[in-house]
Amino acid sequence: MAQNTKKLWIEHSLFLAVVLVAGLFLENAYYLQILTFIGINTLLALGLNMLMGYAGQVSLGHAAFYGIGAYTTAILSGTFGISPWLALVAATGAAVFIAFVVGLPTLKLSGYYLGMGTLGFGMIVNILFREWAPVTGGASGFVGIPPLAAGPVNFMSGRAYFFLVWGVVLAAILICRRILASRMGRALRSIHDGENASLAVGVNTHALKLQIFMFSAGLGAVAGFLYAHFVLFISPGSFGFMASVKMVTMVVIGGMASVWGALFGAALLTLLPEVLHGFAEYEMVVFGLILMGVMIFLPQGLTKGFMDLISKRRRRDHSRP
Amino acid sequence: MQELTQYLFSGITTGAIYAVIAVGLSMLYASTELINFAHGEFVMVGAMALVTLWVHLGLPLPVAILGAIALGCTIGLLFERFAIRTARSPQPIVLIIITVGASIFLRGLGMITWGKDPFGVPSFSSHDSIEILGAALVAQSFWIVGAAILLAGGIHFFLKQTLTGKAMVACAVNRKAAWLTGIPSETMAVLAFAISTGCGAVAGIFIAPITMSSYDMGTILGLKGFCAAMIGGIGSLWGAFAGGILLGVLESMGAGLISSGLKDAIAFILLLLILYIRPGGLFAAKEAKRF
Repeated sequence: MAQNTKKLWIEHSLFLAVVLVAGLFLENAYYLQILTFIGINTLLALGLNMLMGYAGQVSLGHAAFYGIGAYTTAILSGTFGISPWLALVAATGAAVFIAFVVGLPTLKLSGYYLGMGTLGFGMIVNILFREWAPVTGGASGFVGIPPLAAGPVNFMSGRAYFFLVWGVVLAAILICRRILASRMGRALRSIHDGENASLAVGVNTHALKLQIFMFSAGLGAVAGFLYAHFVLFISPGSFGFMASVKMVTMVVIGGMASVWGALFGAALLTLLPEVLHGFAEYEMVVFGLILMGVMIFLPQGLTKGFMDLISKRRRRDHSRP
Repeated sequence: MQELTQYLFSGITTGAIYAVIAVGLSMLYASTELINFAHGEFVMVGAMALVTLWVHLGLPLPVAILGAIALGCTIGLLFERFAIRTARSPQPIVLIIITVGASIFLRGLGMITWGKDPFGVPSFSSHDSIEILGAALVAQSFWIVGAAILLAGGIHFFLKQTLTGKAMVACAVNRKAAWLTGIPSETMAVLAFAISTGCGAVAGIFIAPITMSSYDMGTILGLKGFCAAMIGGIGSLWGAFAGGILLGVLESMGAGLISSGLKDAIAFILLLLILYIRPGGLFAAKEAKRF
């Protein structure tokens, strides 16, 4: 246990060091912007990873919570002029509450049916963003989200925002780790391995699934808040079915049930479109092929898949005389 | 009254399209337990292939239709062979993402092949629309509904009356037991793929004259077909068919009487309702796996 804690300390310090170095020494505004997006996506992947990787529940509508976070803060701070920090509380609260209401009946479903249910929910929320034009700005999007500021600190610059986002990411990682190390984390993993078995040993699986669903919705809303105040313009397209699929892909490609895998998956899926811009017309084809290829050949995700490949090779080398 | 009849007619027309899409999805689910998120792209392939073969190349209509269906089936078979069968881990979540990847891939391929512009296709026959109870019924509606009934009837006949069809039903009921009795279950899965993607292409062919066809038309149609299949009961042929018609009519009524903006939401609201109340679908005998 002591060794484990030490290892975690090293991991987190290393993470902090990388963030500090990147934030302080990167001069290129474009790189900082991309890294900030990676941070926001990492938050999304972390939340969904808790639900999918640990509790084993599929959600194909998680972009709805991301959107609820973004739109709540946009409407409250943009239209009504409320402080964004209060809006953050409202946005997270709204997402958690909606997750509770939606999750109550939906999480009783399993497998494909749960996927369908969350998909339907995500689509309805997205249609609401698009059609409720007087409030959300409709299909053309919401303009006029104020930038963030906290007292003397102003988050207008890319560097300040970078630190804000990655600070939140670090906090989220620590919270996730804390949850996973607790009784709740063990109970979650037991649901993943066998829901009936965990019920039999006295885990209230439905309540637990609901709690983790609400938690991941809250993280999604925080990510939506950070996204809205970063780009200052949001439109329904960013929170549609494809966004949900992208989130699921981040989790699965990074490797389910791994906190660093979420970070890796988010980084990969954020960078990939930037790289693929060079392919112009072929962007979608290449993206689809990569997605299929990874899932066909490395279904445990890239991180775990590569580790397995390496250890297999090492074992083979050892067995040779 | 006149308006209601009009909504009913247009609802049945789009409903028949949803029904064909839903039947394809349902067939595949029954035999392979796979939900194909790329199904909508086969609708797109059918419609766009018809544009090329009939409108641009000027082939006779029946040849163009057969060609478009053949293209849909071929792509479906390639997809089965290279993506689904090679997958190392047949977990639902992995398969979902593979089919989503295939959907993005096919959409990208469609964009490269046909460009980003939408295409129109003339009606299959040049008859005037008929007036019933003051509502206009276009000739294409007859084509669509006729094709849908013919297709579902054909599949029904195939499953109930032919040996291959019965073998397929056996695989759907219990794959291992069917395999033990000597039914090549692998072949049956391949066949199910061909029929399913062929159905998708048929839906695309018949919808082409009443809408604009473009490379990105498939996603929403696929998802609605999905809702239709769930409403009726996925895995059941006529259940999915009825679900499609019901969805089309309710959507058209809702768009006309409540708000056209929320038209797209109706399908998903129905989906959620059905999942909560009767997850097995309205017309399915089998209870859904529910915790």
